Amino acid sequence: MNRVIVTVVGKDTVGIIAAVCTYMADKGINILDISQTIVQEYFNMMMITDIKSCTVPFDVMSSDLQKLGESIGVQVKCQREDIFDKMHRI
Amino acid sequence: MININEVLETNKMIEQENLDVRTITMGISLLDCATGDLRQTCDNIYSKITSLAKHLVKTGDDISQEFGIPVVNKRISITPAAIIGSSCCKSSKDFVEIAKTLDKVACDVGVNFIGGFSAIVSKGMTPSDEFLIRSIPEAMACTGRLCSSVNVGSTKTGINMDAVRLMGDVILETAELTKEHDSLGCAKLVVLCNAPDDNPFMAGAFHGVSEADAIINVGVSGPGVVKYVMEHLPEHTDFEVLCETIKKTAFKITRVGQLVAQEASRRLNVPFGIIDLSLAPTPAIGDSVADILKCIGLEQAGAPGTTAALALLNDQVKKGGVMASSYVGGLSGAFIPVSEDQGMIDAVCAGALTIEKLEAMTCVCSVGLDMIAVPGDTKATTISGIIADESAIGMVNQKTTAVRIIPVIGKNVGDVVEFGGLLGHAPIMPVNTFDCSVFVNRKGRIPAPIHSFKN
Repeated sequence: MNRVIVTVVGKDTVGIIAAVCTYMADKGINILDISQTIVQEYFNMMMITDIKSCTVPFDVMSSDLQKLGESIGVQVKCQREDIFDKMHRI
Repeated sequence: MININEVLETNKMIEQENLDVRTITMGISLLDCATGDLRQTCDNIYSKITSLAKHLVKTGDDISQEFGIPVVNKRISITPAAIIGSSCCKSSKDFVEIAKTLDKVACDVGVNFIGGFSAIVSKGMTPSDEFLIRSIPEAMACTGRLCSSVNVGSTKTGINMDAVRLMGDVILETAELTKEHDSLGCAKLVVLCNAPDDNPFMAGAFHGVSEADAIINVGVSGPGVVKYVMEHLPEHTDFEVLCETIKKTAFKITRVGQLVAQEASRRLNVPFGIIDLSLAPTPAIGDSVADILKCIGLEQAGAPGTTAALALLNDQVKKGGVMASSYVGGLSGAFIPVSEDQGMIDAVCAGALTIEKLEAMTCVCSVGLDMIAVPGDTKATTISGIIADESAIGMVNQKTTAVRIIPVIGKNVGDVVEFGGLLGHAPIMPVNTFDCSVFVNRKGRIPAPIHSFKN
């Protein structure tokens, strides 16, 4: 229930992971897994995070990360893990 | 653990293929609101709906944000109003007051449609049913969010031809009273046979008397997703692989609906009713059932083979969807509305698709002749004849069928009408003008058909 999938999509540039991770460390969000891939020259990253100890509510975290993404030219999206679990696991 | 490809696949469905949850519809019983006094009944209706549904829109929006899936519509369905008004409404004017109350409460709680200004008259009409039906034109003209439906037949009872005849007149009058807006009132009015009690989709949604006090029903969507996977199959893929692919895709789409329904149910503290498995198109490019038919191998929807392709699609969607949800109900099938599906509009404009072909298609899918614009000078008896045909298909095949036909006053074949938003736009379709008035004007009802003496 506390797991949130954070996806980052955009043009590859220096410091994307650093910027996102810094925010997460600051807000007490624990990163459980990171994977990334390049699809058609676009940087795709997925983080599985645990927000149990997160110091801000979900909607604040979501909009903060979205704004952070915009400032470095990437799209950041936060979604509860359940939607992926439901769709891809029986 | 979820991997990146699964995450990207889901998000691609949402961002590029128009995957969404089409509607969270809260069904609310108004049986306990009925009194002998009109004002009191209206007050009871307003306060019951407000108390149950005040958080519906916000809850839908919260779920949408947290899971990253659009929840397009939040709606309400109510007990058929003809039952609620049976003690206090002494005329059609009284039912218009109930209509206004429902419209106001829909505005105040922020839902975009409220359904259930309805009468169930599959065997006969009470005076209250008839008052309600006769009030529909004015009710549609003076409200914005109200949807109306009339169930005129069922497999068990046959077809109430008196109601069918009356609905021909009511549809024309509704068109006339809303002619300033291209007869938009008729887009929110549907005539059904075998109407389900738990349909979350408008305009036919109502909360049947077999239902609990309040319930959450969810309609999923996703023609765009099915179309995308069809497009990416190798050429000449055989039927086995084709069907399996549709089934798996329908499963994934429905699982999202199930998740949203359970979340909405939990957060609103209202029991989960059903998921409606319908593939519901929108006017957005690519979000089209007709486009799926084209991907299966037809030049246009309406070409020979269309009915078979649609039967295949409809069945596979159900097979995938049933496994994905704990309770399935409502209409559950592919929708083929004309104005709400760009591929269908194109097919009509190209001359590939006629009302007669659409009628054949309704034998194998939900729900019926849907959002069809016809010339404004179409006779009431012709509309009744079309309703009778469609009802007969539903009655004999033990399925829901419906007619949502819009005689657009002042327009003729060759014109196009614009309804706006999800209702889309439609070319005026020609209607068979040979007379059926002697048939339609016969009194009484068509008896129920025999089904191998099941009882």
